[in-house]
Amino acid sequence: MSDDDAELELALRFPILGGAFLMAGRASVLIKRALEEAGVEAGLVRRAALCAYEAEMNVVIYARSGSLSVEVNRRQVRIVAQDRGPGIADVDLAFTPGYSTASAKVRELGFGAGMGLPNIRTHADQVAVETVPGQGTRLVISFERTSKRDDSS
Amino acid sequence: MNLADVQKLLAARVLAGEEGLGREAGTVCGSDLMSDVLAFTMPGTLLLTGLTHPQVVRTAQILDLVAVVFVRGKQPGPETVEMAAQQGLPLLSTELPMYEACGLLYSKGLPGCQQARGQAAQVA
Amino acid sequence: MTVAEMVEQLGLQVRAGTGRLDRPVTGGHVGDLLSSVMAKSAQGQVWVTIQSHPNIVAVAALLELAVIIVVEGVEPEPATLARAQEQGVTVLTTTMGAFETVGKLYQLGVH
Repeated sequence: MSDDDAELELALRFPILGGAFLMAGRASVLIKRALEEAGVEAGLVRRAALCAYEAEMNVVIYARSGSLSVEVNRRQVRIVAQDRGPGIADVDLAFTPGYSTASAKVRELGFGAGMGLPNIRTHADQVAVETVPGQGTRLVISFERTSKRDDSS
Repeated sequence: MNLADVQKLLAARVLAGEEGLGREAGTVCGSDLMSDVLAFTMPGTLLLTGLTHPQVVRTAQILDLVAVVFVRGKQPGPETVEMAAQQGLPLLSTELPMYEACGLLYSKGLPGCQQARGQAAQVA
Repeated sequence: MTVAEMVEQLGLQVRAGTGRLDRPVTGGHVGDLLSSVMAKSAQGQVWVTIQSHPNIVAVAALLELAVIIVVEGVEPEPATLARAQEQGVTVLTTTMGAFETVGKLYQLGVH
């Protein structure tokens, strides 16, 4: 993990296949279990798992392929979702609640209500987006450990 | 209220996770929109839904939902049932519409996710 | 029970369609998938939803629903309220969630 030389406690990476709705979410569930076993505080695990799931669903819904990874050190948990896909044309718009470019089929599944990225922003401590329309997207979602946010969970 | 009592109240069939029927439901969330469900992160929540695809089980795992009840007689496919069985996640199905299911559970004193969040915010 | 009585008992806000508060409520439906509402709801029912876009007015008018309650403090779009007023569709709002709203309606005997 860059700009932090604290020792890495956990690192996992899962490939994600675009359009694979049956497997979708499996990586996030495995990441959640790994975080629990690594002793990460429960409230942070829930937030991170939820963000991982939203990010994973975005890869499945919009991209051709990608990966979902988690890294943990004593200061931070970081979820990275990257993909080869259409990229995001307007990042601000994409983070607007309710804005969605999902197909009718995806909406019928109950997804595509335009809350994925907004939900990530709500639950994460930091979100960084790198995207190139026509090529793909990289989402870096960070959580500070031992922050006051998780005390009440 | 434990899941066995929920089953009786809603006259529901158990499709998977029968071994988990002793679990307690603390709050109830009823929704057919995954985004709504994902906004609720209270553990101990019972989900009422008409959505039957496997993502409902993944969501239940991510959010630590205590069980999923399909309303309007909705039947999940074999993959959904299989995934739930593997996880030990109770899946139930009731013929009741969402409206009646919510009404009955509310009358037994179960709060909704919105109420529970409001209470948590007051305590914090 | 009429819409007006329901408004008072539950502390709901009337946002549009003030002319038809005397309408009787004969049952309830809760849901956000329009296709499901079209298929399953019945004339005279109260429809509890978080959807706030103008299409909900068309659905309510078509199915002759008594009233729409938009929950969770969601603000109906201006176009929704305008269309509702035009078409005589009553739109109410509440900060309560769907489950609590339905629960209270059910306890009032709306089912």
